[in-house]
Amino acid sequence: MTPSAARFAAIPQAGLFTADHAELRDVIRQWVRRALRPHAEEWERAGDFPYREVFREAGLVGIFGAKYEPRYGGTGPDLVADALITEELVGCGAGGVAAALGAHKDLGPYYVSRFGTEQQRQRYLIPAVAGERICALAVTEPGAGSDVAGIRTRAERIGGGGWRLSGTKTFITNGSIADFVVVAAKTEPEAGAHGISLFVVEAGTAGFSAQRLDMVGWRTSHTGELVFEGCEVPADALLGEEHQGFGHIMANFQWERIVMALAAVAAARATLDLAISYGRERKAFGRPVVKFQVWRHRLADLATEIEAARALTYHALRKIVAGEDAVREVSMAKWLATELDWKVADEALQMHGGYGYMMEYPVQRAWRDARLGPIGGGSTEIMKDIIGRSFGL
Amino acid sequence: MLHPLFTEEHEQLRRSVRQFVESELAPHAQEWEREGGFPDWVFKRMGDLGFMGVRFPEEYGGQGGDWGHSIVIAEEMARCGSGGVGMAIAVQSEMATPPIFKFGTEAQKQRYLVPAIKGEKIVCLGITEPNAGSDVAGIETTARPDGDGGWVINGRKIFITNGVRADFCVLVTRNDKEAGHHGFSLFLVDTDTPGFEVSRKLDKLGMRSSDTAELVLDDVRVPSEQLLGEQGHGFVEIMWELQGERLIGVAGSVAGAWLVFDRTMEYAKQRMAFGRPIGSFQVNRHKFATMATELEAARQLTYDTALAWERGEYPVQQISMAKLYGGLVANRVMNECLQLWGGMGYATETGIDRAWRDARLLRIGGGTDEVMREVIAKTMGL
Repeated sequence: MTPSAARFAAIPQAGLFTADHAELRDVIRQWVRRALRPHAEEWERAGDFPYREVFREAGLVGIFGAKYEPRYGGTGPDLVADALITEELVGCGAGGVAAALGAHKDLGPYYVSRFGTEQQRQRYLIPAVAGERICALAVTEPGAGSDVAGIRTRAERIGGGGWRLSGTKTFITNGSIADFVVVAAKTEPEAGAHGISLFVVEAGTAGFSAQRLDMVGWRTSHTGELVFEGCEVPADALLGEEHQGFGHIMANFQWERIVMALAAVAAARATLDLAISYGRERKAFGRPVVKFQVWRHRLADLATEIEAARALTYHALRKIVAGEDAVREVSMAKWLATELDWKVADEALQMHGGYGYMMEYPVQRAWRDARLGPIGGGSTEIMKDIIGRSFGL
Repeated sequence: MLHPLFTEEHEQLRRSVRQFVESELAPHAQEWEREGGFPDWVFKRMGDLGFMGVRFPEEYGGQGGDWGHSIVIAEEMARCGSGGVGMAIAVQSEMATPPIFKFGTEAQKQRYLVPAIKGEKIVCLGITEPNAGSDVAGIETTARPDGDGGWVINGRKIFITNGVRADFCVLVTRNDKEAGHHGFSLFLVDTDTPGFEVSRKLDKLGMRSSDTAELVLDDVRVPSEQLLGEQGHGFVEIMWELQGERLIGVAGSVAGAWLVFDRTMEYAKQRMAFGRPIGSFQVNRHKFATMATELEAARQLTYDTALAWERGEYPVQQISMAKLYGGLVANRVMNECLQLWGGMGYATETGIDRAWRDARLLRIGGGTDEVMREVIAKTMGL
């Protein structure tokens, strides 16, 4: 073997995935196929899933721990492993279940790990990794989404070093089932982005209530509106540095967005497979629909775009794993992959014809679920603004 | 960070190719565009610098490199400012010569490959015909035994890059009409062989510095040692060649689009309209964001494909995807950039028009978009 051939042979797949990762992928895939996917239809129809059991089982399987050290119950830190778990969760077949597990994996507990004290990690991170306590992250409000600096929820100091929270949060994944919530609030309203702090609020705290929202897709997800009315929390509820919440949120946005891109690529691929297997069976004018040249070319185009989005997403992931600034690349991957997932879903629905419009076929769910991608976690328009500004425009 | 395809050593090569292209080629680009050709010394000079055979072993005068090196050269050649130069060099070093290395005898390598790597002989690749392009199986040029162990070749070839001035041609022929895909053979034909004629030099809308020929082969007699590869295996051999051609083509084309993107962004930061730089309008900011995203995806897909190939795969599907996507993106970017330049883009003095015209070829040459989709669909089992 030449030195160059030896070098290439030693590079992990796509510069990311080792043989160990391939094994882990197989384990996760088997679990998703056995424990989640068979129930997708039933859960979707019910608009709910047995989340307590599913979270606990996911915790045992190791879904939530790849980012953390063993002392927190984790198997990491290994961001590549965490990324492939995101890809595999998509296989559960219900966007809302994947979102519930994913939001728990990548949002609130990750904040606790990154910005919390050791005491907070013991108290919140460990049970979260085990899947025993469910967590939500509450940043978005009725009047402020991607414009984080515009949030209006207030946190005022009260006697004894504690805080009083007032305000409303919305579109909070796991919000109405969470045992604890990481909440962003203004601690200094005049300071804009520099006056935001994060707090951990336990469910059951007086003055905190949550209500589930009805959504066009992700119908198994308990996405909620949270209301804080004079909700008092102790001093040690402050997560991270006072007034530094904006920076903390921005720092975590990169991971939140890369996992959305990873999930979107995986979902687009699954939806394309769904369309192809339908189109192989379904005949029109005496031949399978996929054999018409127009469809063959459309499917080839979609497969190509999926491969391009995958290449871009892995590029961004490699940068994150290497610890490099990847704001531009992550923003690129996020919008390209989520817009593509939506496009693939719409084409897949088209291939199904009338059946695609019927609730008994799963393609309608892929179509409804995919529509959130270009909205959640920072809209396509926000992504493009970030990218443009990164070029000094 | 560098893509895993590349090491610091590749970046050193990048710097030296860039230095060469910017100092020795770019100053002549406009003149070569105007004249519709560039001089032969470019081949020789690049041979002397070791840029003509980076992936070939050192024993033939190459550099013993990998796909990373070839892609670096294709990308940096885009800085020349005249797409035809990079294309002509790529035809020589990445399209016509790899089959000689891969399928040729030792004597053929010494006689044709070594001087081509030195840039002393210019080579062209004769695949396409008036009635058969991507449909290689439709080739009509015939090679029949002359009775003395040699061959007689008859037919026509068209759109042959370097064809006007080539010293020899790697020619695709049909030697057995009944044998279907197993009836094709490759030949090495010296262009001074009697019966080998350049019937015309074609005029093109872009890639203007590259010479493109139509060839007529009228009872061209070649001895048996001019057969390249195995008799009857020409179809598979040329399909293999096309994979490298597509990969190198897309690498150069996407790099060319990045250069225009960069220039256009600089322009958009300076050019004022309604009291502010046009790049500061949100619509334009989003246009740049869209272009950069798609260009980055195209680039990463190309690199991933090259890496897969180096890791022992034969990634036909991924190569076709990279070429299809990269070609479409490069063309969209060129067109959007021309729009951002407005009247200055339509005027030839900025060179944006040149890049726009040159880029159009990738969606045709080396297999059209439509043929790429056919390949992809087939490999998907559709």
